[in-house]
Amino acid sequence: MARALFAFLSGVLLSLLLSLAAVAQETGVPDRSATGGAQTLSDIMSRQRGAQIDDSFRSGATGNPDNAAGLVNPLGTLGGVSDPELWRALRYGSADVTVSARGPAAGVVIQNEGIWWLNFREGPLMRGGAWLLGGTLLALVLFYLIRGRIRIDGEKTGNTVTRFKAVERFAHWLMGGSFIVLALTGLITLFGRTVLIPMFGRDSFALLAGSSKWIHNNISWAFIIGLILVFFMWVLHNLPKRHDLTWLAQGGGILKKGVHPPAGKFNAGQKLIFWTVILLGASVSLSGLSLLFPFEMPLFAKTFAVLNSSGLPQLFGIGDLPLAQTPHQEMQYSQIAHALVAFVLMAIVLAHIYIGSVGMEGAIDAMSSGEVEEQWAREHHSLWLDEISSEDRPSDSAPSASEPTVE
Amino acid sequence: MKTMLLAFAAIVLITITANFALQTAGFSSQEQNLGAAVRLDQ
Repeated sequence: MARALFAFLSGVLLSLLLSLAAVAQETGVPDRSATGGAQTLSDIMSRQRGAQIDDSFRSGATGNPDNAAGLVNPLGTLGGVSDPELWRALRYGSADVTVSARGPAAGVVIQNEGIWWLNFREGPLMRGGAWLLGGTLLALVLFYLIRGRIRIDGEKTGNTVTRFKAVERFAHWLMGGSFIVLALTGLITLFGRTVLIPMFGRDSFALLAGSSKWIHNNISWAFIIGLILVFFMWVLHNLPKRHDLTWLAQGGGILKKGVHPPAGKFNAGQKLIFWTVILLGASVSLSGLSLLFPFEMPLFAKTFAVLNSSGLPQLFGIGDLPLAQTPHQEMQYSQIAHALVAFVLMAIVLAHIYIGSVGMEGAIDAMSSGEVEEQWAREHHSLWLDEISSEDRPSDSAPSASEPTVE
Repeated sequence: MKTMLLAFAAIVLITITANFALQTAGFSSQEQNLGAAVRLDQ
């Protein structure tokens, strides 16, 4: 199930990515008679434009040992394979390579897709991620300046109700605390070479990068455990309900003062965050595990096979996604998916942190002491307050808190 | 607040335990890649 979800999420992201990077497919077989079948200037220019070309005329030209001249003919080509043909076979992964180091990647001597991945990582990925996080922060600052802090509108009662038990808060902070560290160390890893080295120098950054990598790799388990705990504790409260539509229609009441649509333990906005965190968290965990155990958990050849059979890439005009991939390509796709999903999660978590702290009066109490002001609960989670109130008292003579209030 | 600090302590504990467990189980980069003719510890 998790793999299927991951396949879907990764597929959608990569489909978008590939649709951005998609370039015109060269059609037809060019005339290469002038070069004796070798690549032409047109081929080189096409590659430089980033166009995909059918290079089977090169990948297949790896010599033939059967054509080797006999021993009696000293001027024949040794072995029937020339140096260019040997290097071509290494480049396209068809050479019979024996290496001393272990691991599935050890036999890949030349990896053709590295430059594409590096260019994407240091270009659109970093720029897009920086814009996303910067834009989110800016939007939150603007929202605060325009809307201000969402106050408790009614008179405070002085009574509190238990919103989250200790075990719920523990799971939340286990996941949240580890995610913040993962985000910071991940950003250090991604932006280190281009941003931090020029600022702090290579020696200082080496220590920072080494520590950052160690922390990122090992703290990830705390995030995964927290994610699983949070899922099982809150999944039933986050199933969609009819009143969620009302909440969404009224913008959750956060856009206009005095508007408080009814909500259960979690409102529709929190449900959206819950499912986004669960699905993207599972996705980022799987791609993270793939990176943590290099070459042991290839995810994308199978994911692409599922996507190809779904028809999605064809629908977007990308064509069939590549199924046969080198171990390094698998890692490159994992890194890109990991970073893309992580950036989206970081942006969402920034908004979550804002509304749970400075953005809304009384919200932080839910996750610090677990006790919230009754009036706060009445305004933001009226259905839930009704529910716990009716559990506390046998008769239902007390007034209901679930009526939407407009003050 | 106490629960939050407890969770942070648990994060530190899990982090150190995970590193120890993976190293002990032979998942270090060195152990994953060395072979009879490849030494990475010298």
